[in-house]
Amino acid sequence: MINQTSSMPSSPPQAPLVVEMRGIVKRFPGVLANDHVDFELLHGEIHGLLGENGAGKSTLMNVLAGLYRQEAGTILVKGEPKAFSSPRDAIKAGIGMVHQHFMLVPSQTVTENILLGLDDPRFIMRLPDYNTKIAELGERFGLKVDPRAKIWQLSVGEQQRVEILKMLYRGVDVLIMDEPTAVLAPQEIEGLFVTLRAMIAQGKSVIFISHKLQEVSVIADRVSVLRRGIATASGVPSKGVSRQELARLMVGRDVIFALDKKPGRPQDVVLEVTDVHAESDKGLPALRGISLNVRAGEIVGVAGVAGNGQSELSQVISGMRRCAQGQVLLNGDKISNRNTLFGIQHGMAYVPEDRTHVGSAPNLSVTDNVIMKNFRKPPISKNGLLDMKAATKHANELKLAYDIIVPTVSTPVRLLSGGNLQRVILAREISGLPAFMVAVQPTRGLDVGAIEGVHRLLLAQREAGAAVLLVSEELEELLSLCDRVYVIYEGKIMGEVMIGDDEPDEGAALSLSKGLVDTIGQMMTGTPLDQIQKEGVAAHD
Amino acid sequence: MDYTIILQAGIASGTVLLFATIGELFAERSGVLNLGVEGMMLIGAMSAFSTTIATGNPWLGVLVAMIFAGLISQIHAFIVITLQADQVVSGLALTFLGAGISLVLGEGLSKAGTVSLLPNFSIPLLTLIPIIGKIFFTNQSVLVYVGYLLVPLSWYYINRTRPGLHLRAVGEYPSAADALGINVFRMRYFYVFVGGMMAGLAGATISLAVSPGWFSELTTGGQGWIAIGLVIFAQWDPFRAAIGAYAFGALRRLILDIQGPLVLFGFANPFYYNPYLGFFLQMLPYLFTVVVLVIGSREALRKRIGAPAALGNPYVRGERGL
Repeated sequence: MINQTSSMPSSPPQAPLVVEMRGIVKRFPGVLANDHVDFELLHGEIHGLLGENGAGKSTLMNVLAGLYRQEAGTILVKGEPKAFSSPRDAIKAGIGMVHQHFMLVPSQTVTENILLGLDDPRFIMRLPDYNTKIAELGERFGLKVDPRAKIWQLSVGEQQRVEILKMLYRGVDVLIMDEPTAVLAPQEIEGLFVTLRAMIAQGKSVIFISHKLQEVSVIADRVSVLRRGIATASGVPSKGVSRQELARLMVGRDVIFALDKKPGRPQDVVLEVTDVHAESDKGLPALRGISLNVRAGEIVGVAGVAGNGQSELSQVISGMRRCAQGQVLLNGDKISNRNTLFGIQHGMAYVPEDRTHVGSAPNLSVTDNVIMKNFRKPPISKNGLLDMKAATKHANELKLAYDIIVPTVSTPVRLLSGGNLQRVILAREISGLPAFMVAVQPTRGLDVGAIEGVHRLLLAQREAGAAVLLVSEELEELLSLCDRVYVIYEGKIMGEVMIGDDEPDEGAALSLSKGLVDTIGQMMTGTPLDQIQKEGVAAHD
Repeated sequence: MDYTIILQAGIASGTVLLFATIGELFAERSGVLNLGVEGMMLIGAMSAFSTTIATGNPWLGVLVAMIFAGLISQIHAFIVITLQADQVVSGLALTFLGAGISLVLGEGLSKAGTVSLLPNFSIPLLTLIPIIGKIFFTNQSVLVYVGYLLVPLSWYYINRTRPGLHLRAVGEYPSAADALGINVFRMRYFYVFVGGMMAGLAGATISLAVSPGWFSELTTGGQGWIAIGLVIFAQWDPFRAAIGAYAFGALRRLILDIQGPLVLFGFANPFYYNPYLGFFLQMLPYLFTVVVLVIGSREALRKRIGAPAALGNPYVRGERGL
């Protein structure tokens, strides 16, 4: 065994190691986020890091990026042991991370954001010089963005490019991307993949954190999997492993991808939104003539890249934002520009995007949180006073019915996990037997089990004949739950697609959903449906 | 009434507001609201005047005023940056503290007599410009000219330099700045200090130049509060701050001077014969301040007029706070 590579000519020469993490331990109060995790990154590879929400992927990478300090274990970069006390140290060692929540100052330009925290320029900034420098760098890696644009003017996809540029400008060799596709439209994901491959071609290495099996098997050369802080796979070539196997490594059991969705029986229109215009917090137009309707017994989706008016739309419907023009009717009653109580009394349920601040009162108990809507009515209200006994009984019933895992119902909800908190909110909203429910990102940040639970509750609402409007950025979720999907782009509805609810064999369903995803993806980036159909017809001719 | 004389005096009076407003603007741009401007101005006015009386050197008075007020501002900085307490409460407390200290230390100072004032001079050539030359460049205090320079320099510093970039980032999105290695805490301490020094300078401008002397709390007469209102009116921009400060300075003078003459525009001057009308006029700047502060405290509106996004929020460096 003098020369291993020559004796095995079929195996490619092993690329040198760029990063080696050995036995990393990181604890948070009550959670062992990383339990002796090993991780290796080769030069010039895209390394997928898979795991559910809360599996410890981001924690591990935050340790590598210098944001967290490990309690045990060593990090070697190009063979040298390193101890990072800040992201700055990590960047100096050539490791940069693009976080899920962008760290960009909205009121500043692209160039200003990239220069932030650097020693050059020393005092006076000659912005035009830096603008050209950054434009050139963007060109090299296929990251098109105007250096003079202010961050708030950019789409989320463009902001991500700025984050990547920020790291490339600092000369990093290893780029960590934390769930980069979560905020992108399908076409933008393609663009990101092109960029990542261009970076690999120019000698960089990429760590790609994701919980989506599909995209990891498309983009990654090798895959590592974390489950509950433990590495269940390290550096497996992605070609040699099936999706089912990866899913099992992630979740620890077989995953059923299908949901029990019965054929829809849509009834009368419950919610009617007509030509709604509204402004964002900044006073910019956020909704520009939205019209849509939701019938009883159906789930209608609103698809779109984050920040295209979904939040404002849900707020107008729930009564938390005024609309400048147009109206919202609930069972024929005008509920827009009235108070939220009016909507609630007319059968409105609202599962807001911000679970901890809008959806619940974090310091109040489970009981207080679940009676927030029905405390005016008996049995909770007795002679104009709260009957706490009845309230506790009600809360305990909901705890059982909705599988809320909590020691007692007097526990403050801030101590609950995301999935449990969402069940508390859903319990409150659904137990009022609403005629209509608007749910915004109800599964964001939840683990697979909790997501399943939320999906089942939404489908049960549909079965029970309620009208449900589901706002989500997860296309898969919309395709599996909804009867119809509207696509929103810059405050306008680009089009509406029907989702068939009968699932024939898997192959046909896949090709059908592939076409749908393409269509929805094009709408998400601003092409109206009628234009897509026209082009489709033209292509057939 | 010669209106150019009123405006000329108004510019001098506005310089007080300008210093205090620009100082508060720096502090707020870094994300710290400091309602203690009035207290710091009193400290500045008192210490400038007493130092000048004791030493005969008004420049030393200005220096001591800036340092003393700057140090007092660090109490606020410690409470809101390190201890992360409520900025409004701490700022109010600072106002009372500053007023109290300056009243105690300034006891007897009002009878102290005359001091050597800061020099007044005219700028050659520029005085020849019709009207403008008379109002802005003729026989003004040296501090007025400092004010003229301060406005463009502040704008340039904030918008076109590296430390200015960092200042804006810290006030808009401190965690982004922190992630790139900028020390948010140190920056905020520094700009609160700058705000304190500027408030001290504003106080010194009153007691050494605009209306020399020490008249206990009447020396500042609530101008610190007007400055806080002006920061919002200025939408955190130095040039707009200058417009507001000079306009209010002129208004203050006008309100004083309009009560003097017996005849106004050919009519018997109502402000002379009815002093209550004069009081009403004197109230107007404060009414404006109240209105602007109410408007400025509305979250939605603040976003719209471009308030630093992190203004009023303590920065907590949470491990899981991403």
